[in-house]
Amino acid sequence: MAKILAIVGTDAAAEAMRQIDPEVVAVYPITPQTAIVEKFAEYVAEGQVNTEMINVESEHSAMSACIGAAAAGARVMTATSSQGLALMWEVLYVAAGLRLPIVMANVNRALSAPINIHCDHSDSMGARDSGWIQLYSESAQEFYDNLLQAVRVAEHPEVRLPVMVCVDGFIISHAIDRVEVLEDGQARAFVGEYQPLPGYSLLDAGRPVSVGMFDGLYGYYYEARRAQEEAMARALEVIRQVGEEYGRISGRSYALWEEYGLEDADICLVALNSACGTLRSRLAAWRERGARIGLLKLRVFRPWPEEQLRERLAGFKTVAVFDRALTLAGNCGGPLYRDVAATLYGLPHPPQLVNYIYGLGGRDLTLTMVDAALKGLTEETKEKPVRYLGLRV
Amino acid sequence: MATLAELSNRRELLASGHRLCAGCGAPIAVRQFLLALPPEAQVVVCCPTGCLEVSTTIYPYTAWRCSYIHNAFENAAATLCGVEAAYAALKRKGKIEADFRFAAFGGDGGTYDIGFQSLSGAMERGHKMIYVCYDNEAYMNTGIQRSGATPRGAWTTTSPTGQAQAGKREGRKDLTAIMAEHNLVYVAQASISHWRDTVAKAEKAWEYSKEGPVFVNILSPCHRGWRFPMEKTIEVARLAVRTRFWPLYEVEKGRWRITVDVANPLPVTEWLKPQGRFAHLFRGEGNQEVLRAIQEDVDRQWAKLLSRCQGGAV
Repeated sequence: MAKILAIVGTDAAAEAMRQIDPEVVAVYPITPQTAIVEKFAEYVAEGQVNTEMINVESEHSAMSACIGAAAAGARVMTATSSQGLALMWEVLYVAAGLRLPIVMANVNRALSAPINIHCDHSDSMGARDSGWIQLYSESAQEFYDNLLQAVRVAEHPEVRLPVMVCVDGFIISHAIDRVEVLEDGQARAFVGEYQPLPGYSLLDAGRPVSVGMFDGLYGYYYEARRAQEEAMARALEVIRQVGEEYGRISGRSYALWEEYGLEDADICLVALNSACGTLRSRLAAWRERGARIGLLKLRVFRPWPEEQLRERLAGFKTVAVFDRALTLAGNCGGPLYRDVAATLYGLPHPPQLVNYIYGLGGRDLTLTMVDAALKGLTEETKEKPVRYLGLRV
Repeated sequence: MATLAELSNRRELLASGHRLCAGCGAPIAVRQFLLALPPEAQVVVCCPTGCLEVSTTIYPYTAWRCSYIHNAFENAAATLCGVEAAYAALKRKGKIEADFRFAAFGGDGGTYDIGFQSLSGAMERGHKMIYVCYDNEAYMNTGIQRSGATPRGAWTTTSPTGQAQAGKREGRKDLTAIMAEHNLVYVAQASISHWRDTVAKAEKAWEYSKEGPVFVNILSPCHRGWRFPMEKTIEVARLAVRTRFWPLYEVEKGRWRITVDVANPLPVTEWLKPQGRFAHLFRGEGNQEVLRAIQEDVDRQWAKLLSRCQGGAV
């Protein structure tokens, strides 16, 4: 029987990590991720996991150690936030380029400056092109569920890419939520015992291997990058299959995105993470009053489900994208908006596109702000497509 | 210690055919270390970005007959921590039987400078590995730029000589002593010119690396960067020892000991003169000050080392 717990988001991640029982966890504390490290350290101290935990001296070393451990054939996890993810940036590419199935929990937090510990998505969006799969989680429940699934996706022989599971800092990481967890045996059976690819482990005695070799002047870099792109494309189907399989054991199945009220809508909101809960609750009221607005909660941001999204979004009159990060390209909106815009480009009758920037540096997304946004979408307005919610003037 | 005959019969783990320069000190250092590896043990080698890395693993070829990993420039120690932790975890689970040892071979750039943080962290946390710095006193792979290991007065492309400056203005970082202050089980300073001393230290290093982290700094001259004929590598390395510029010593469980005594040292100029990177110091009269400062550095360092050995020189 599954257990129902009242725990904060970071404990949900630590619980998933306890059940996964990775062979190596290399991690450095950073707000608001710290509570994951602390909780997991307790599990290590109590002997509840069989993990070698390395309390490294920086996030750069955390990811570096993860790379060494994964190349040695171990199942590996880490967790970070914000500046920590930024400090890992260089080696995020190495992890992906070496095709190492590392799983990371990223508690989304703003990047400096000004220094700010609260939620926004500039950290994971900064790692957008590093070759990591990125899954987003609305709640502590989804954070837990996504982490278990991430192990299967990362290690799938068709994929072999690192996976980052994102959740909103403080809003979810530090709020108590109802979380239904699998039985230990059930979770362990789902993730399975890790089998490194034969011939790829540094610790395969008698079969030495060189990892991370120099590409020379005109070597295979181009082909290797192209192969990563292919693996990323294959990951979409694997993520879908793993999400379905997870549904069969947990009763909560996962797809590339989740829809709310889209069946009769002519306006579609697109958003990531915890804002989806706020949007959904406000949409319920608007829909009762006859507004034809729905929500597409995107779970899989990398790989980007381009064809699927183009098909799904093509028929709407308006698509409004909610971004908790800016691209800083000069009033060109947020990263999610720009990906959606690129996806819809070339359609014979593309939907009108609007971008709402909200919640940078942890600024609340209030119901009033959502109302203002929905009003702007349903009434005639001369506002530009990139609009800011909750910005002080 | 293994005899020369025994060593010569061991299988070389760094194969010939790598693309390091003829006369390079780095592969000599690596081979002296790997020959001392107990024959029954397996080893995983990690190199940070640098000469050794780019020259031994040009895909799809590898010169390594053992497992090898390169990650980036500043994280060889952290990467090897991960490998070592994986070994500990997998061994505990009974997934691995073999006796594995772990060694990083990094140049001074990846060790004294950009890799220093991850090195210090790995040593402090007690990961069972040996970290060997092959010290050629500058960033050689990218064309001879100054590093924290570059000696005072040396010309490099980023510490050039000119009207206002005679090579590097500052002295070198004493990394070996800094690592000793990490209270490691074993720390040593060696030179490729003294192979017997080096192999003896390497044997101890492998043995102690079963207990905790070990650091060895080995002088590995670079004829391209130091500007001397390629066949003089060993000779120049020996002069560094004979002038007390590069003392050979070890710190075994906290006990400092000079392993090769230099009772009648040559003046440091004997080490500087054969090297083109110091040639400007011997032109005209203007650089006597710098020469004097270099000799003072050497004397001060030697006196400090003696006091650490508490008069316990050989």
